Amino acid sequence: MREPYRRPMSPTWWLNKRNYLLFMLRELTVIFIAAFLVLYLVQLARLAQGAETYAAFLRQRSSFGWILFHILALIAALYHSITWFNLLPQVMVVHRGEERVPPVFIAGSNYVVWLAISVVIAWIVLRS
Amino acid sequence: MAEPSMTLEIFRYRPEVEQEPTFQSYTVPYREDWVVLDALNYLKDQVDGTLSYRWSCRMGVCGSCGMMVNGTPKLTCAAFLKDYYPAPVRVEPLANFPVERDLVINMDDFMHKLREVKPWIIREQEKPVSAGEYLQTPTELASYKQFSMCINCMLCYAACPVYGMTQDFLGPAAIALAHRYNLDSRDQGQALRKDVVFSHEAIWECTFVGECSVVCPKDVDPAGAIQQEKVAGAIDLVKSVLIPWGSR
Repeated sequence: MREPYRRPMSPTWWLNKRNYLLFMLRELTVIFIAAFLVLYLVQLARLAQGAETYAAFLRQRSSFGWILFHILALIAALYHSITWFNLLPQVMVVHRGEERVPPVFIAGSNYVVWLAISVVIAWIVLRS
Repeated sequence: MAEPSMTLEIFRYRPEVEQEPTFQSYTVPYREDWVVLDALNYLKDQVDGTLSYRWSCRMGVCGSCGMMVNGTPKLTCAAFLKDYYPAPVRVEPLANFPVERDLVINMDDFMHKLREVKPWIIREQEKPVSAGEYLQTPTELASYKQFSMCINCMLCYAACPVYGMTQDFLGPAAIALAHRYNLDSRDQGQALRKDVVFSHEAIWECTFVGECSVVCPKDVDPAGAIQQEKVAGAIDLVKSVLIPWGSR
């Protein structure tokens, strides 16, 4: 007698294993990143409305809640970037002849570029 | 001194007896050199002949004995009791598949999907045997060898939450095997595979959880294969927009 049984998938499946939870956290980071980008667009709009509006906007942003949000968004962005950087060797496989270029070099190239771009931005921001 | 023993909690489902699966606890002798499959064979031979499960080679080649061991997909021929002793070990059939009986899953869906990606060398024109072999350099072999190690054990499907939620998903092993043939210098069949591989139910369904590659007993890295096919699929899409008159 055949009566194949289908086991239901628990809605909390992502809590059952550390890797699933880390994956889910990586997915959730985009909420903070998207929210930050929307707020950044609002900030640009306020800047376009003149110095007074922008100063009022900055005062409002210095509240505890907003600072907390920005700290969380920064943590989310770092987690997002680092986890994706570390996944790159699986996406990009480079062979030199028969040998595979070690994954650490592929992932490491991300960090080198990240550092280089950060130095350039820091130079632009801090030179004045 | 009494022989050391340990407990196996085994998923039982006998459709003629019960409508819902149950767990049955068995005591097995603990031996340092035993794997979970040895314990199952002991139970089947000595304790309960009604227990059903699949196995064959006992050495990680045939891909038959995949089961959930304490919630993780494992080849039971490679899951040593000593790694769990003295705690009880819970043995279940591979997740995400319908269960036929006890630890035996129905693999029809996987077999169907495997055929869909045409996992064999396709030539636009076969040359006669008298013309000799299709030659390949060691470098060309190295580009796909990792993906050719797949033994179709389906652990990756059991580890994949996307497959668990979306049964239409082509799944890790099938895409990894499509990738293996697409990378093979002797193969000319990428165009014939792409309708299946570059579809929403295939590469674009994958969210890169990555657990398939963690559980793979052969280090095939199916998650990597899927992402690499995404790159190929994206390039193919851009090409089809920029060069619509291209042959494929």
